[in-house]
Amino acid sequence: MYAYIIRRLLATLPVMAVVGIAVFLLLHLTPGDPAVVIAGDYARPEDIEKIRESLGLNKPLYVQFFSWAGAVLSGDLGTSIFSNLPVSRLIEQRLEPTLALATATIIFAILVAVPMGVIAAWKAGTLTDRTIMVFAVLGFSVPVFVIGYAMMWLFSITLGWFPVQGYKPIGDGFLPFLRSITLPTVALGIIYVALIARITRASMLEVLTEDYMRTARAKGLDNNALLIRHALRNASVPIVTIIGIGIALLIGGVVVTESVFNIPGLGRLTIDAVLRRDYPIIQGVILIFSGAYVLVNLAIDLSYTVLDPRIRY
Amino acid sequence: MLSTWTTTRRAMLAALAAAPLAFGSVQAAAESVLRIVPHADLKNLDPIWTTAYITRNHGYMVYDTLFAQDESLNVHPQMVGDWSVSDDSLVYSFTLRDGLMWHDGDPVTAADCVASIERWGKRDGMGQKLMDFTAELKAVDDKTFSLTLKEPYGLVLDSLGKISSNTPFMMKKEHAETDAFKQVPEVVGSGPFRFVKDEWVPGSKVVYAKNTDYVPRSEPASGAAGGKVVHFDRVEWIYIPDPATAMNALINGEVDLWETPAVDMVPLLEQSEAVDLAVIDPLGTQGWLRPNHLHPPFDNPKARQALLYAVNQAEYLQAIVGDPKLYKECAAYFICGTPNESDVGVEALQSHDKDMARQLLAEAGYKGEKIILMQSTDIPVLNNAALVTAQVLRDIGMDVEVQAMDWSTLTSRRAEKKSPADGGWNIFHTYATGADATSPIANIGVSGGGVERAWFGWPTDEMTEELRDAFAREPDAAKKKEIIDKLQGRLFDHLVPYVNYGQWFQPVAWRTGLKGVLVSPVPFFWNISN
Repeated sequence: MYAYIIRRLLATLPVMAVVGIAVFLLLHLTPGDPAVVIAGDYARPEDIEKIRESLGLNKPLYVQFFSWAGAVLSGDLGTSIFSNLPVSRLIEQRLEPTLALATATIIFAILVAVPMGVIAAWKAGTLTDRTIMVFAVLGFSVPVFVIGYAMMWLFSITLGWFPVQGYKPIGDGFLPFLRSITLPTVALGIIYVALIARITRASMLEVLTEDYMRTARAKGLDNNALLIRHALRNASVPIVTIIGIGIALLIGGVVVTESVFNIPGLGRLTIDAVLRRDYPIIQGVILIFSGAYVLVNLAIDLSYTVLDPRIRY
Repeated sequence: MLSTWTTTRRAMLAALAAAPLAFGSVQAAAESVLRIVPHADLKNLDPIWTTAYITRNHGYMVYDTLFAQDESLNVHPQMVGDWSVSDDSLVYSFTLRDGLMWHDGDPVTAADCVASIERWGKRDGMGQKLMDFTAELKAVDDKTFSLTLKEPYGLVLDSLGKISSNTPFMMKKEHAETDAFKQVPEVVGSGPFRFVKDEWVPGSKVVYAKNTDYVPRSEPASGAAGGKVVHFDRVEWIYIPDPATAMNALINGEVDLWETPAVDMVPLLEQSEAVDLAVIDPLGTQGWLRPNHLHPPFDNPKARQALLYAVNQAEYLQAIVGDPKLYKECAAYFICGTPNESDVGVEALQSHDKDMARQLLAEAGYKGEKIILMQSTDIPVLNNAALVTAQVLRDIGMDVEVQAMDWSTLTSRRAEKKSPADGGWNIFHTYATGADATSPIANIGVSGGGVERAWFGWPTDEMTEELRDAFAREPDAAKKKEIIDKLQGRLFDHLVPYVNYGQWFQPVAWRTGLKGVLVSPVPFFWNISN
């Protein structure tokens, strides 16, 4: 088991190296020039050239790459071309809002979606099942920003329960934090509720028709024990897999939510950096994202051994 | 063992101690805070290093200027107390007013100002021109410095009081000696606000604290000039990129002022009783359709004139603004409503005569070559303007290929001098704020300096350059106006450096009850009170 974990962790290194090279090349081969953005709309070509020189952007691509890669290997993600601040500090500033939003969303989604899926499977074919599935289809179909604006109008502008925008760090107090994160969490979470509820229902339906379930029912087990201890446990591997995929998708999914609710997270940091070609930020954030993807996948794989004792690495 | 009462009492005390944490700090409530939604994110802090308007606005918060323009664009002393000019108009002497201090407590000196002007003179167009005419710039004593010219130059004070990018902000000598193509290492100004670097979150929030040591001038505030009296303890710039969210935040009272409300949000804001709307920049913004003068067909003056006859400003302004209250058809190159407005040569642009445009194209030898029109899709104004132009060009018989790209890509691509078939281009759109377009020197779009000195598109015309030089040298206002008329005639009749597709005005929105928002092309946050 430990050998497997170490092997998987070591395997992240080449993955991140390939991601690093690909991102670096893609960025530098894409049209656009940060020196032009810095110099402004009215700059003369010779001024732009001098700025390129001062930023080292006129050096050959391989020199720029090895310089960046060397710094990354020594733990330095570089400095933003525009703000002159270390990329690690910018990521640190943005990490908490993104982590808070992603964590709250996935907790909200699991707490709502799994019971919904279980109930839908238990009441398969009934009005309850259909109602839940209609909600799931809607959750898939309505874009996050539409849900976000609708909730903003109702809960912020009309009822005044929550702020329209912004993020309060948990260090500023738990209630302000909760108020700032509630609407974005629900807006972003609905699609994951829909996704997880559908998979839970399908997986539960399969398990509920198994012979051992009939046996358990014949033994006189009550519905709670039957559904949760026997059926849900055995249906959990596909559910956990979809939750893992959901977490991975969340990394990209937070971008729109962060924009709608003006949360200063990593998604917006990346988009802003792409628009102005701030290469060190984009490279740093994508490197961190790729590491997070690999670790999430590893955690999901390891959770299988807990949920299903037959799985061993 | 603790009794139940003790346990309960301790739990209550712990809960009381934790209450401020749970409900949020109340310390900030004691400070008065003005919350602004700026037009852009503050990405860098050196207003000489970049021309970005948001960095210029940051410059006005923390730095000060020697001279400043009032709301009618007249220049007044700001950091300067007394100044004089010799009878032969060659030697200017400036003495700083009393009480000027850097944010670190050091006094502002003449040597700081000399170094600041020299650094600005390496980056800004008007600064470079001023330096071209300058024989010597030196500190005479701690508070006085002199500027000696090689020959009389009519724009000395206009240059030092330039309101828009690059504004000549004064910096400490040790910072002003930084290479003009590198950012200054830290922000130490002498202006009415201090920059709170520890609270700066790029892409989200910028915080300024009132500079309690700042000594404002005694005159009332007007534009960038007059007394910069600050009525709030803190000013926070909260960057909200999504217009709908910014509007809701303003209506909900989470922010106090939104610098650039999206035009399609204006009707909703007008309905809100919590919000006031006003245009504070009377100069507005001017649209530019920029042809490439290096390659056919627009290397031929007749083809460029065809554009003048084809363009109907009303069509563009409807597409990009929509609300007639917020735009004006204005053919003048140097902005309507300013002393440099002229009506010489405007007839072609006002004729909307597409038959004439077709005839001129034929005379220019256009035979159906493909026209590469670069369309910036991430800036709504430019996106819509490009769509209108594509239709206009097709209407006059041109074969147009619209190439969509983001603004960053366009700004790189427009530097290509190659032919359109080899990766170059024929037309792109941009715009300039009125403050940057009112003067033939500051308006970089009218330069006829060709491949060496003109802006992208590279118009070439010696006579245009001679007229711009004559304007710079001329101290007399009436004669300056005569030169403007001649220059504009030349621009319309021959050079057509760009086609002006209209002038529009950006409203500003603020919470009802906020007072003292200054009329100016640049938003200022002193003088504002509740």
